[in-house]
Amino acid sequence: MSEWWTYRAENFLLFSPRVYWRMFELHNAALWPLHLLTLASGLIILLLVAWRPGLWTRWIALILAMLWIFVGWSFLWNRYSTINWAATYIAPAFFVEGVLLLVASLGDALAFDRRQPADGIGYLILGFALLGQPLLAPLQGRGWASSEVFGIAPDPTAMATLGVLLLARGRLLPWLLPVPVLWCLLSGMTLQTMGEPQAWAPYAALALAAAAWVWTIIRQRGSPPAA
Amino acid sequence: MRTTRRTFLRASLAAAAVAQLPISLHAEQGQPVRRPIPSSREEIPIVGLGTWITFNVGNDPVLRDECAGVMAAFFEAGGRMIDSSPMYGSSQPVVGYGLQKLGRPSALFSAEKVWTSSAASGPAQIEQSRRFWGVPKFDLLQVHNLLTWKAHLQTLFQMKAAGTVRYVGITTSEGRRHDLLEQIMRNEPIDFVQFSYNVVDREAEARLLPLAKERGIAVIVNRPFRQGALTQRLKNKPQPEWAAELGASSWAQLMLKFILSHPAVTVAIPATTRADHVRENLLAAAGPLPDTAMRERISAHVKAL
Repeated sequence: MSEWWTYRAENFLLFSPRVYWRMFELHNAALWPLHLLTLASGLIILLLVAWRPGLWTRWIALILAMLWIFVGWSFLWNRYSTINWAATYIAPAFFVEGVLLLVASLGDALAFDRRQPADGIGYLILGFALLGQPLLAPLQGRGWASSEVFGIAPDPTAMATLGVLLLARGRLLPWLLPVPVLWCLLSGMTLQTMGEPQAWAPYAALALAAAAWVWTIIRQRGSPPAA
Repeated sequence: MRTTRRTFLRASLAAAAVAQLPISLHAEQGQPVRRPIPSSREEIPIVGLGTWITFNVGNDPVLRDECAGVMAAFFEAGGRMIDSSPMYGSSQPVVGYGLQKLGRPSALFSAEKVWTSSAASGPAQIEQSRRFWGVPKFDLLQVHNLLTWKAHLQTLFQMKAAGTVRYVGITTSEGRRHDLLEQIMRNEPIDFVQFSYNVVDREAEARLLPLAKERGIAVIVNRPFRQGALTQRLKNKPQPEWAAELGASSWAQLMLKFILSHPAVTVAIPATTRADHVRENLLAAAGPLPDTAMRERISAHVKAL
């Protein structure tokens, strides 16, 4: 694009807030009552992480993998792309994240067996994504119909994944983090450009995650080496 | 409002200034004011309908019907030019939906754009756009935001020669690349040019508008309200008393009158989601248009608010 530096964020916003939130209403209406299943799967992930049973941890990555692929296909590819052509380029990233999580599941590459200093932040982000994010729509006067639910909408799915990855350890973490981080950033910018106060949600998730990682690194460097 | 000697004089001066404009000032019964396209002398209503953001409603059936309602009000009020682009998300299929629902109004003046960095993809994109609209051919095709302009202009000139489009144009917005636009206006046989111009963004007055007049190029004005930001900013502000002298019943009408009073402007294309605003916009040119002094007054007043 010529003279890209002269463009502002508003120049890339192709739709109005009204159209954006009605898109969630239509999406929810089309998929209901699947929300109950995805929300239940989120709560199962939360319980599995908290319980930390070695045998079942690969299910966490498997559930997330299926939901990333589903959200990428059903929301980004089929719905969001009708008002934002850029979504057709973002949807494959959701598919890639799903495949990476699938690989993590098959290879049993994520572990939740150690208490880490920033666990509280991971639970906070995961809990908010599952139970807090759906409340934002009614709290802002848009009603339940346009609520964003984990496994149905991209924001809570990406935030919950961030929370899970904060609680995990494993060699695939550096590969699993970029897509949720970038989506939270993109979504925050979109909401901010629309003038929507709830832009703080993905931004806060990112800020908390960054703080948690910095904290963990500092603590690890400060701890005495193992004998 | 009481008519004083001062107000009478001002209204007379405005009317005298407007008499110099190449327009059908006194609208025929039920028809909006028109201006000629310089290259053909075909007359066109001076207020069109933009679709940026407002018509990008995806597959939402309720909002699609609302857009069709806006189009119905537009055609009922005598409007003709609808402008869209492949860049505007679902706006093209939504326009097509509205046209189909309205029985394909014969008054339509279809203005589209080609927007791809690949010269070879231009014809395919234009054909896709035509299918979305459901029209046999476009009245006007423009190179969007000067993207790959040399190659696309050649394609459009060839289409015009073959009779598959009536007019050729080029667009930019928000004051970008005016130097290049000026160069194209000087050297290429285009019928239309489109750029941003409004009561606060007046850069086009320096060179582009006089050049368009000199070269006989029709001017389409986009972002007449700065994408709604101006009308939003003025929403709760009272209109100045002197706005009544121009017969402007709203800020939108006053700002459109400012744009349309420039003799080089052919069409302004405000975008809206409301049928009442469409009617209001089309009525903006009825009655007197501001003279030079009044134009300065309008601009200064809006800038100061």
